[in-house]
Amino acid sequence: MQNHPVYTDNDPQTEYSTLNLGPTHPATHGVFQNVLQMDGERIVSGVSTIGYIHRAFEKIAEHRPYYQITPLTDRLNYCSSPINNMGWHMTVEKLLNIQMPKRVDYMRVIIMELARITDHIVCNSILGVDTGALTGFTYMMQYREAVYEIYEEICGSRLTTNIGRVGGFERNFNTIAFAKTRKFLKDFTHGLKEFESLFNRNRIFIDRTRGVAAVTAEAALSYSWSGPILRAAGVDYDVRAMEPYSSYEDFDFEVPVGDNGDVYARFLVRNEEMWQSMRIIEQALTKIEKEPSDIFHANVPAFYLPPKEEVYNNMEALIYHFKIVMGEVETPNAEVYHSVEGANGELGFYLVNDGGRSPYRLHFRRPSFINYQMYAPMSQGMLLSDAIINMSSLNVIAGELDA
Amino acid sequence: MGKIANEELLQKLNDKFPGQVAQTGADFGLLTVETNKESINAVLSFLKADATLQFIFLTDLTAVHYPELEKPIGVVYHLHSLTTNTRIRIKVFLSLDDLHIPTASTIWDGANWMERETYDFFGVIFDGHPDLRRILNVDDMTVFPMRKEFPLEDPNRIDKKDYFFGR
Repeated sequence: MQNHPVYTDNDPQTEYSTLNLGPTHPATHGVFQNVLQMDGERIVSGVSTIGYIHRAFEKIAEHRPYYQITPLTDRLNYCSSPINNMGWHMTVEKLLNIQMPKRVDYMRVIIMELARITDHIVCNSILGVDTGALTGFTYMMQYREAVYEIYEEICGSRLTTNIGRVGGFERNFNTIAFAKTRKFLKDFTHGLKEFESLFNRNRIFIDRTRGVAAVTAEAALSYSWSGPILRAAGVDYDVRAMEPYSSYEDFDFEVPVGDNGDVYARFLVRNEEMWQSMRIIEQALTKIEKEPSDIFHANVPAFYLPPKEEVYNNMEALIYHFKIVMGEVETPNAEVYHSVEGANGELGFYLVNDGGRSPYRLHFRRPSFINYQMYAPMSQGMLLSDAIINMSSLNVIAGELDA
Repeated sequence: MGKIANEELLQKLNDKFPGQVAQTGADFGLLTVETNKESINAVLSFLKADATLQFIFLTDLTAVHYPELEKPIGVVYHLHSLTTNTRIRIKVFLSLDDLHIPTASTIWDGANWMERETYDFFGVIFDGHPDLRRILNVDDMTVFPMRKEFPLEDPNRIDKKDYFFGR
């Protein structure tokens, strides 16, 4: 005799089951928790819990001189740290009214576009993994390694790069860095083509992604989305084109736009952005050759640390060194908002300065934080497996989410 | 459409809300205006809906704490008009005994988490918010940590005292 109910597929479910997706689920690629109410495979409702790796960067920044805040920005979106570094430097330079020489701008463009490529490599190849296609991932990761080797030539580190200083770069790019960049462009043209041929017209991949998590442009704008996922929904907002910084106006590139904002459109937009990034880097490499090759920082001795041998031998350099390290530089009493096109969207820095050695208040506009809040509402009615690839294609980075 | 001049933008706001909106600065060309909490949502809705302005994008929403001011908590909105590529910064100052301000999540869905974050760190209460809970800090936290009186480190800890390092 059976004393427990037997359900068949046609029985209406009277109770929903609760599923904890995360915080350490391998499919979430980071510390995210979503408590989902499930009706079988379908999500009825969800609640996102965030903050698992909140490190109070905004509070710490209020106690640090400007140049010590760069390592904090590394740890926001750690898949593309150089963009965060450059964004922070440019914010401070805007505050201090420092004009960069063209060569420094182009060097920054190279490093930022390399970072954008690595970020998109991670996002798109992991999206493939989540749909069951591991091959693309195994081929693409070697190119991220190639970019990390370029980082190593430039700054010595790989993931949390801390590239550059307020006022330029800490050292010039060496010839190996340029050679490796050229080699990367050549190899990656081949690699990305291969990657696209694996995915773009792949029946299984298209069936899995087309129409999944489609977002209208109105909804995306209402949720303040920015970056590739907003462009996939058909809005051509790109900070690089709209408010060019670091001489982006000198470059010829296109802003790819998708049609219906689904996972497939986001995938295509990111792929196309990698092609555009390569175009930009190629142009930058040509432009850099026309600039004097020994310039890698602006001539601002009051803000840029002098070379060590001068500190030991030159009184003036010693004074500047001391003043910069002790945070006794003169800064204007002003508020500044500066944004750069991060790999996930508009990365903004709202800096309130009162003339002290550290910011009075610093707020990061983190694209992942703002993009992610639509995740739970948009998952309603979605299959769990679709919600997983939706999360990969949003490319939410836990460090940027929680700050 | 080109960028809207700050004077024109301010003029429009003053015509629509006489005496309610005042310019407080334009650092680096970004018009900064101050308004009060009674008119903030009307100002935001007007900026969003007006056909020539179209500030449809809420870039950022946060707060700043100025302990020495009579109204120490300043809530700061950054709006962006994508068609004209103009930005505006709007501030509303609140006194500590009345930290209420109407929610902007009725105008932008994206304001939801930004307001939760602002509540979490500054204790600003957004009236009408659908789900005003802490977001990054733990739920049972009793303080608002981004206020200036909250120390960065526990003042009772002794492991960083100089005498441990022979100083």
